[in-house]
Amino acid sequence: MSAAKVLMTVVKPEGAEPIFKAGDSVRISKRFPIGHFRVPNYIRGKSGVVESVIKPAAVNNEEEGFGRNAGPKRHYYRIAIPLTELWPKYAGSVDDGLRIEVFETWLERS
Amino acid sequence: MNAHAHPHTPVPDPGNSTLGYYEIMETAVRELLVAKRVIGADEIRRMLEVMDSRTPALGAKVVARAWVDPEFRARLLEKGRAAVGEFGIDLFENTELIVLQNTDKVHNLIVCTLCSCYPREVLGLPPDWYKLKPYRARAVKEPRAVLAEFGTVIPDDVEVRVSDSTSMVRYLVLPQRPPNTENFGEEQLASLVTRDAMIGVVKANTPEAKERTR
Repeated sequence: MSAAKVLMTVVKPEGAEPIFKAGDSVRISKRFPIGHFRVPNYIRGKSGVVESVIKPAAVNNEEEGFGRNAGPKRHYYRIAIPLTELWPKYAGSVDDGLRIEVFETWLERS
Repeated sequence: MNAHAHPHTPVPDPGNSTLGYYEIMETAVRELLVAKRVIGADEIRRMLEVMDSRTPALGAKVVARAWVDPEFRARLLEKGRAAVGEFGIDLFENTELIVLQNTDKVHNLIVCTLCSCYPREVLGLPPDWYKLKPYRARAVKEPRAVLAEFGTVIPDDVEVRVSDSTSMVRYLVLPQRPPNTENFGEEQLASLVTRDAMIGVVKANTPEAKERTR
Protein backbone atom coordinates (compact mmCIF):
# COMPACT_ATOMS: atom_id res chain seq x y z
CA MET A 1 0.00 0.00 0.00
CA SER A 2 1.30 3.47 -0.89
CA ALA A 3 2.00 6.00 1.84
CA ALA A 4 -0.92 8.20 0.74
CA LYS A 5 -3.30 5.25 0.85
CA VAL A 6 -2.12 4.25 4.30
CA LEU A 7 -2.98 7.73 5.59
CA MET A 8 -6.45 7.49 4.12
CA THR A 9 -7.15 4.31 6.07
CA VAL A 10 -6.38 5.89 9.45
CA VAL A 11 -9.43 5.53 11.67
CA LYS A 12 -9.91 8.52 13.96
CA PRO A 13 -10.49 7.82 17.63
CA GLU A 14 -13.90 8.23 19.26
CA GLY A 15 -14.81 11.90 19.71
CA ALA A 16 -12.06 13.28 17.46
CA GLU A 17 -14.48 14.35 14.73
CA PRO A 18 -17.66 16.26 15.56
CA ILE A 19 -20.81 14.14 15.13
CA PHE A 20 -23.04 17.09 14.25
CA LYS A 21 -22.50 19.87 11.73
CA ALA A 22 -23.85 23.37 11.26
CA GLY A 23 -27.49 23.29 10.19
CA ASP A 24 -28.36 19.98 11.89
CA SER A 25 -31.63 19.90 13.82
CA VAL A 26 -31.12 18.68 17.36
CA ARG A 27 -32.97 18.24 20.62
CA ILE A 28 -31.43 18.70 24.05
CA SER A 29 -31.79 15.45 25.94
CA LYS A 30 -33.46 15.07 29.32
CA ARG A 31 -31.42 13.37 31.99
CA PHE A 32 -32.53 11.89 35.27
CA PRO A 33 -31.89 12.43 38.03
CA ILE A 34 -31.43 16.15 37.49
CA GLY A 35 -27.92 16.77 38.76
CA HIS A 36 -25.12 19.29 38.67
CA PHE A 37 -25.15 19.64 34.90
CA ARG A 38 -23.77 22.31 32.59
CA VAL A 39 -27.03 22.14 30.69
CA PRO A 40 -29.50 24.53 32.34
CA ASN A 41 -32.95 23.09 33.05
CA TYR A 42 -34.75 25.58 30.83
CA ILE A 43 -33.36 24.02 27.63
CA ARG A 44 -34.05 20.37 28.55
CA GLY A 45 -36.08 18.68 25.83
CA LYS A 46 -36.09 21.79 23.63
CA SER A 47 -35.33 21.77 19.91
CA GLY A 48 -32.73 23.86 18.15
CA VAL A 49 -30.28 24.00 15.29
CA VAL A 50 -26.50 23.62 15.35
CA GLU A 51 -25.04 27.01 14.46
CA SER A 52 -21.40 25.96 14.64
CA VAL A 53 -18.96 23.45 16.07
CA ILE A 54 -16.84 24.94 18.84
CA LYS A 55 -13.21 23.96 18.44
CA PRO A 56 -11.06 22.48 19.79
CA ALA A 57 -12.60 19.36 21.31
CA ALA A 58 -12.92 19.61 25.08
CA VAL A 59 -13.05 17.40 28.12
CA ASN A 60 -16.47 16.32 29.42
CA ASN A 61 -16.36 18.54 32.45
CA GLU A 62 -19.47 17.07 34.06
CA GLU A 63 -17.73 13.71 34.39
CA GLU A 64 -14.48 15.38 35.33
CA GLY A 65 -16.31 17.50 37.89
CA PHE A 66 -17.41 14.36 39.71
CA GLY A 67 -13.88 12.98 39.69
CA ARG A 68 -14.75 10.28 37.15
CA ASN A 69 -12.76 9.36 34.06
CA ALA A 70 -14.03 11.94 31.58
CA GLY A 71 -13.22 9.73 28.58
CA PRO A 72 -12.17 11.07 25.19
CA LYS A 73 -12.59 14.73 24.36
CA ARG A 74 -15.65 15.69 22.35
CA HIS A 75 -17.03 18.87 20.90
CA TYR A 76 -19.22 21.60 22.20
CA TYR A 77 -21.73 23.05 19.76
CA ARG A 78 -23.18 26.51 19.56
CA ILE A 79 -26.90 25.78 19.47
CA ALA A 80 -29.56 28.24 18.32
CA ILE A 81 -32.96 27.95 19.99
CA PRO A 82 -35.83 30.40 19.26
CA LEU A 83 -37.09 32.13 22.41
CA THR A 84 -40.62 31.17 21.35
CA GLU A 85 -39.53 27.50 21.59
CA LEU A 86 -38.26 28.05 25.13
CA TRP A 87 -41.15 30.21 26.32
CA PRO A 88 -44.48 29.56 24.57
CA LYS A 89 -45.83 32.90 25.83
CA TYR A 90 -42.76 34.86 24.72
CA ALA A 91 -43.88 38.39 23.97
CA GLY A 92 -40.97 39.71 21.85
CA SER A 93 -40.14 39.16 18.18
CA VAL A 94 -40.39 35.61 16.78
CA ASP A 95 -36.85 36.11 15.50
CA ASP A 96 -35.41 36.55 19.01
CA GLY A 97 -33.20 33.65 19.97
CA LEU A 98 -30.88 32.01 22.42
CA ARG A 99 -27.37 30.79 21.66
CA ILE A 100 -25.86 28.32 24.06
CA GLU A 101 -22.93 25.92 24.10
CA VAL A 102 -23.96 22.28 24.61
CA PHE A 103 -21.68 19.26 24.89
CA GLU A 104 -22.06 16.53 22.27
CA THR A 105 -23.34 13.91 24.74
CA TRP A 106 -26.45 16.04 25.38
CA LEU A 107 -27.59 16.33 21.77
CA GLU A 108 -30.09 14.07 20.00
CA ARG A 109 -30.97 14.17 16.32
CA SER A 110 -34.44 15.47 15.67
CA MET B 1 -20.53 58.86 74.19
CA ASN B 2 -17.96 60.81 72.22
CA ALA B 3 -15.60 63.28 73.78
CA HIS B 4 -17.62 66.19 72.34
CA ALA B 5 -20.76 65.04 74.17
CA HIS B 6 -23.32 63.98 71.59
CA PRO B 7 -23.99 60.50 70.22
CA HIS B 8 -22.87 59.30 66.79
CA THR B 9 -24.25 56.33 64.90
CA PRO B 10 -21.34 53.94 64.71
CA VAL B 11 -19.97 53.59 61.16
CA PRO B 12 -20.09 49.90 60.22
CA ASP B 13 -16.62 48.45 59.83
CA PRO B 14 -16.61 45.99 56.91
CA GLY B 15 -13.73 44.20 58.61
CA ASN B 16 -15.94 43.42 61.58
CA SER B 17 -19.00 42.00 59.81
CA THR B 18 -19.90 38.41 60.57
CA LEU B 19 -18.60 35.94 58.02
CA GLY B 20 -21.11 33.86 56.10
CA TYR B 21 -21.04 30.09 55.73
CA TYR B 22 -19.27 30.08 52.36
CA GLU B 23 -16.77 32.75 53.38
CA ILE B 24 -15.74 30.63 56.35
CA MET B 25 -15.54 27.55 54.14
CA GLU B 26 -13.42 29.41 51.57
CA THR B 27 -11.03 30.60 54.27
CA ALA B 28 -10.77 27.11 55.77
CA VAL B 29 -10.10 25.43 52.40
CA ARG B 30 -7.60 28.11 51.39
CA GLU B 31 -5.69 27.83 54.66
CA LEU B 32 -5.68 24.04 54.42
CA LEU B 33 -4.36 24.11 50.84
CA VAL B 34 -1.60 26.47 51.87
CA ALA B 35 -0.78 24.46 55.01
CA LYS B 36 -0.62 21.24 52.96
CA ARG B 37 1.56 23.04 50.42
CA VAL B 38 -0.81 22.35 47.51
CA ILE B 39 -0.68 26.05 46.64
CA GLY B 40 1.35 28.89 48.08
CA ALA B 41 -0.01 32.07 49.63
CA ASP B 42 1.97 33.98 47.01
CA GLU B 43 0.17 32.18 44.17
CA ILE B 44 -3.17 33.40 45.54
CA ARG B 45 -1.86 36.94 45.85
CA ARG B 46 -0.47 36.75 42.33
CA MET B 47 -3.82 35.56 40.91
CA LEU B 48 -5.51 38.55 42.58
CA GLU B 49 -2.91 40.75 40.93
CA VAL B 50 -3.72 39.16 37.55
CA MET B 51 -7.44 39.80 38.08
CA ASP B 52 -6.90 43.38 39.21
CA SER B 53 -4.94 44.09 36.04
CA ARG B 54 -7.95 43.19 33.88
CA THR B 55 -10.39 46.05 33.30
CA PRO B 56 -12.97 47.07 30.67
CA ALA B 57 -10.30 49.34 29.17
CA LEU B 58 -8.79 46.21 27.58
CA GLY B 59 -12.08 45.24 25.95
CA ALA B 60 -12.57 48.83 24.78
CA LYS B 61 -9.17 48.75 23.07
CA VAL B 62 -10.12 45.54 21.26
CA VAL B 63 -13.45 47.00 20.15
CA ALA B 64 -11.90 50.26 18.92
CA ARG B 65 -9.31 48.32 16.89
CA ALA B 66 -12.10 46.23 15.36
CA TRP B 67 -13.90 49.43 14.34
CA VAL B 68 -10.91 50.90 12.52
CA ASP B 69 -9.29 47.76 11.15
CA PRO B 70 -11.58 45.49 9.08
CA GLU B 71 -8.95 42.74 8.83
CA PHE B 72 -8.57 42.64 12.60
CA ARG B 73 -12.36 42.63 12.94
CA ALA B 74 -12.57 39.60 10.66
CA ARG B 75 -9.94 37.76 12.72
CA LEU B 76 -11.70 38.74 15.95
CA LEU B 77 -15.05 37.39 14.78
CA GLU B 78 -13.44 34.25 13.39
CA LYS B 79 -11.21 33.34 16.33
CA GLY B 80 -11.68 35.62 19.33
CA ARG B 81 -9.11 33.97 21.53
CA ALA B 82 -6.30 34.28 19.00
CA ALA B 83 -7.26 37.85 18.01
CA VAL B 84 -7.21 39.27 21.57
CA GLY B 85 -3.94 37.37 21.96
CA GLU B 86 -2.48 39.86 19.45
CA PHE B 87 -2.86 42.46 22.23
CA GLY B 88 -1.04 40.19 24.66
CA ILE B 89 -4.36 39.42 26.39
CA ASP B 90 -4.28 35.72 27.20
CA LEU B 91 -7.42 33.83 28.16
CA PHE B 92 -7.21 31.69 31.27
CA GLU B 93 -6.98 27.93 30.84
CA ASN B 94 -8.87 26.54 27.84
CA THR B 95 -11.62 29.11 27.56
CA GLU B 96 -12.64 30.18 24.08
CA LEU B 97 -13.82 33.68 23.22
CA ILE B 98 -16.69 34.23 20.83
CA VAL B 99 -17.10 37.86 19.78
CA LEU B 100 -20.67 38.80 18.88
CA GLN B 101 -21.12 41.60 16.38
CA ASN B 102 -24.08 43.94 16.75
CA THR B 103 -25.55 45.09 13.45
CA ASP B 104 -28.62 46.94 12.21
CA LYS B 105 -30.40 43.58 12.28
CA VAL B 106 -29.05 41.89 15.44
CA HIS B 107 -28.53 43.02 19.02
CA ASN B 108 -26.49 40.68 21.22
CA LEU B 109 -26.72 40.26 24.98
CA ILE B 110 -24.62 38.00 27.19
CA VAL B 111 -25.53 36.19 30.40
CA CYS B 112 -24.51 33.18 32.45
CA THR B 113 -27.68 31.59 33.80
CA LEU B 114 -25.82 28.91 35.78
CA CYS B 115 -23.36 31.14 37.62
CA SER B 116 -21.33 34.16 36.56
CA CYS B 117 -19.15 33.18 33.57
CA TYR B 118 -17.87 36.47 32.21
CA PRO B 119 -15.03 37.52 29.90
CA ARG B 120 -12.91 38.56 32.89
CA GLU B 121 -9.75 38.49 30.81
CA VAL B 122 -10.96 41.45 28.74
CA LEU B 123 -13.48 43.11 31.10
CA GLY B 124 -12.23 42.42 34.63
CA LEU B 125 -14.66 41.48 37.38
CA PRO B 126 -18.38 41.36 36.51
CA PRO B 127 -20.80 43.92 37.96
CA ASP B 128 -22.91 42.66 40.87
CA TRP B 129 -26.17 42.67 38.90
CA TYR B 130 -24.62 40.31 36.34
CA LYS B 131 -24.12 37.73 39.09
CA LEU B 132 -27.55 38.08 40.70
CA LYS B 133 -30.51 35.85 39.92
CA PRO B 134 -32.94 38.46 38.56
CA TYR B 135 -30.63 39.33 35.65
CA ARG B 136 -29.60 35.72 35.05
CA ALA B 137 -33.18 34.44 34.96
CA ARG B 138 -34.74 37.30 33.06
CA ALA B 139 -32.07 37.85 30.39
CA VAL B 140 -33.05 34.60 28.68
CA LYS B 141 -36.78 34.91 29.32
CA GLU B 142 -37.63 38.57 28.68
CA PRO B 143 -34.47 40.16 27.28
CA ARG B 144 -36.31 43.11 25.76
CA ALA B 145 -37.79 44.06 29.13
CA VAL B 146 -34.35 43.77 30.77
CA LEU B 147 -32.78 45.89 28.04
CA ALA B 148 -35.51 48.51 28.40
CA GLU B 149 -34.68 48.78 32.11
CA PHE B 150 -31.13 49.69 31.06
CA GLY B 151 -32.63 52.34 28.78
CA THR B 152 -32.04 50.29 25.65
CA VAL B 153 -35.11 49.93 23.48
CA ILE B 154 -34.62 47.51 20.60
CA PRO B 155 -36.96 47.96 17.60
CA ASP B 156 -39.19 44.97 16.78
CA ASP B 157 -37.47 44.35 13.45
CA VAL B 158 -34.09 43.89 15.18
CA GLU B 159 -33.41 40.38 16.45
CA VAL B 160 -32.40 40.09 20.09
CA ARG B 161 -29.85 37.29 20.44
CA VAL B 162 -28.98 36.15 23.94
CA SER B 163 -25.82 34.10 24.44
CA ASP B 164 -25.82 31.98 27.61
CA SER B 165 -22.31 31.08 28.73
CA THR B 166 -22.38 27.67 30.41
CA SER B 167 -18.99 26.11 30.11
CA MET B 168 -15.85 26.75 28.08
CA VAL B 169 -16.92 29.76 26.04
CA ARG B 170 -16.85 33.40 27.06
CA TYR B 171 -18.58 36.07 25.03
CA LEU B 172 -17.81 39.67 24.22
CA VAL B 173 -20.22 41.96 22.41
CA LEU B 174 -18.78 44.09 19.63
CA PRO B 175 -21.08 47.13 19.72
CA GLN B 176 -21.88 49.18 16.64
CA ARG B 177 -19.62 52.14 16.00
CA PRO B 178 -21.56 55.28 16.97
CA PRO B 179 -22.45 57.85 14.31
CA ASN B 180 -20.40 61.05 13.93
CA THR B 181 -17.11 59.34 14.82
CA GLU B 182 -15.61 59.21 11.32
CA ASN B 183 -12.69 61.42 12.32
CA PHE B 184 -12.04 59.73 15.64
CA GLY B 185 -8.76 57.96 16.32
CA GLU B 186 -8.55 54.59 18.07
CA GLU B 187 -7.98 56.13 21.52
CA GLN B 188 -10.97 58.44 21.20
CA LEU B 189 -13.14 55.59 19.97
CA ALA B 190 -12.11 53.38 22.88
CA SER B 191 -13.31 56.08 25.30
CA LEU B 192 -16.85 55.59 23.96
CA VAL B 193 -16.90 51.85 24.73
CA THR B 194 -18.22 51.00 28.17
CA ARG B 195 -18.31 47.73 30.08
CA ASP B 196 -22.10 47.59 29.74
CA ALA B 197 -21.87 48.06 25.96
CA MET B 198 -19.62 44.99 25.77
CA ILE B 199 -22.13 42.97 27.84
CA GLY B 200 -24.78 44.21 25.45
CA VAL B 201 -27.14 45.94 27.89
CA VAL B 202 -26.48 49.33 26.26
CA LYS B 203 -25.01 50.66 23.02
CA ALA B 204 -21.63 52.35 22.79
CA ASN B 205 -21.74 56.00 23.80
CA THR B 206 -22.20 58.62 21.15
CA PRO B 207 -19.69 61.50 21.35
CA GLU B 208 -22.63 63.78 22.32
CA ALA B 209 -23.74 61.49 25.18
CA LYS B 210 -20.20 61.23 26.47
CA GLU B 211 -19.90 65.03 26.47
CA ARG B 212 -23.08 65.30 28.56
CA THR B 213 -21.81 62.92 31.26
CA ARG B 214 -18.59 64.86 31.80
